[in-house]
Amino acid sequence: MAQTIIEKIIQAHADTQVKAGDIVWMHLDARTARDFGGANVVKNFRSHYGDAPVDDVAKTFFTFDLVTPANNIPYAINQQICRDWAKEQGVRVFDVDMGIGSHVAIEYGLAWPGSTFVGTDSHLNILGAIGAFGQGMGDQDIAFTFKAGKTWFEVPRTMKVTIEGELEPPCTAKDLTLACLRVLGASGALGQAVEFYGPAIEALDLPGRITLASMMTEMGGIIGLIPPSEEVLAFCRERSRRDDLHALQADAGAEYTQEIQVDISGLEPLIACPPKPDNVKSVRDVAGTKVDSVFIGSCTNGRFEDFAAVAQIVEGKHIAPGMVASVVPATREVYAQMLESGVLQTLFQAGFVISNPGCGGCASGHIGMVGQGQVQISTSNRNFAGKQGPGDNYLASPAVAAWAALAGEITVPRA
Amino acid sequence: MTAKTTRIKGRAWVLTSPDGELYDDIDTDMIFHNRYLHITDLEQMGQYALDNLRGWEDFAQKARPGDVLLAGVNFGAGSSRQQAVDCFRSLGIGAVVAESYGAIYKRNAINSGFPIVILPDLTRIYDQFQNGDQIEIDFETGRLVLNGEKAFDAEPFSTVQMDIYQAGDLFTYGKVLDEA
Repeated sequence: MAQTIIEKIIQAHADTQVKAGDIVWMHLDARTARDFGGANVVKNFRSHYGDAPVDDVAKTFFTFDLVTPANNIPYAINQQICRDWAKEQGVRVFDVDMGIGSHVAIEYGLAWPGSTFVGTDSHLNILGAIGAFGQGMGDQDIAFTFKAGKTWFEVPRTMKVTIEGELEPPCTAKDLTLACLRVLGASGALGQAVEFYGPAIEALDLPGRITLASMMTEMGGIIGLIPPSEEVLAFCRERSRRDDLHALQADAGAEYTQEIQVDISGLEPLIACPPKPDNVKSVRDVAGTKVDSVFIGSCTNGRFEDFAAVAQIVEGKHIAPGMVASVVPATREVYAQMLESGVLQTLFQAGFVISNPGCGGCASGHIGMVGQGQVQISTSNRNFAGKQGPGDNYLASPAVAAWAALAGEITVPRA
Repeated sequence: MTAKTTRIKGRAWVLTSPDGELYDDIDTDMIFHNRYLHITDLEQMGQYALDNLRGWEDFAQKARPGDVLLAGVNFGAGSSRQQAVDCFRSLGIGAVVAESYGAIYKRNAINSGFPIVILPDLTRIYDQFQNGDQIEIDFETGRLVLNGEKAFDAEPFSTVQMDIYQAGDLFTYGKVLDEA
């Protein structure tokens, strides 16, 4: 029977023939937990399995990325619970110095095109950027996978989204992503996989693919799968030391719930206004709104290319008086690239606060909280009411954030 | 092992906004805010349930064991946090009824044996329900009865949902399968 990409990936990790709607046992190439959820995973594991070993230490990891290093006692305690248990078990910990787990997974080849990867991060579907199946799960689910190496999964139905037109500067992958979110809304892809096609998709570099895949969660989707380009395949072959990687393709005649076209010709820079990610408007429509702080980073826009784009805009300039502008690299590798290329120095001289790698502020981490009345432009993926504090959060591209940091107000970027 | 009851009865809470609309897309930060993420004790979680949802900040004080929550589409959108399910288990909530659920939330609820029920069209018919109404639900048939009078067709539990619910949780379910 003709299969979609997600059916093929799950098929390769199941003991039976699969089709959408089936509930199957899915084998997992990697099972992970973060400092968030991690202590609960350990607690669940211990209470149900005692001192039994995990199924496979080579496939089990901790990635600390949320509160790095711990800035409060409860997180310090939880991280140490994970470290001690990992040591007992022989499980590798990517500690507080390493950065965002989903990005570490790509950089360290823990995930590769066609692989399956689970962890306690709802944005693990970022791995759709390399054509892998990543999925966030709760701490009971993850404790179970540590022991079983597999979990039950309902094979999702698939929606096909074709992007028409080319991405033109000053628009970026974030604007393309927000254009999709504007069409699909918060639940447009609810419970489904999405396959992305079109010349603008093929032209996306890996960071751009990460941006798009990262916001499938905000469209309700299980995962957004982007068929890997030759460039992405070459990167993943090198990082995972697997020479046999190839791009899985949907069969002709595979069944889709819907086929949607999103036209980006003539697209203007977009911005998600409070209080929901799908409240997408043209930057032009809210231009002039006073901005107090800017956050650039997160699993959505925390790659070197994102910061290099910001550096290009702010080089030789300084952020607006009174502005708080923060930069959080996604990973240690990104940080090193910024250091070596001079991007770090440019941002420093422009007045940015520069943090060590990590998630930033998404779950009351270190950076990106907003007080009452404060208006922030963030390159992250969620702006739900109260999530980052009582202030207002807007979501936009690094370019829009950079222009706002300079001007002190929302500004339409120029190419 | 005695089978757990598949029919429950409880008092309704209709999750509406201050202007009376049924809430859609209630995300996990509204259910259990990220400032409490470090909490690992189930008993500690209930007190914070829904305290970041406008109009429902005092829900934990009002809730009684067995109560049934009603919400719109995509309930539990957002993060993977188990606490967004566990805070309701902590309060002894009987079930959540919504038009649809966030995918991770749905798994977390099923895996911990917490009853969640899908009532298609709920966003269209929610004004028939009021806080304090009596709700009876049969998980096997999906039959939902309002105040002993009016019946609605909710979706019955899926097979895996019922199996895990009967086993108690995913861990016990996994052991049952291993021994089978």
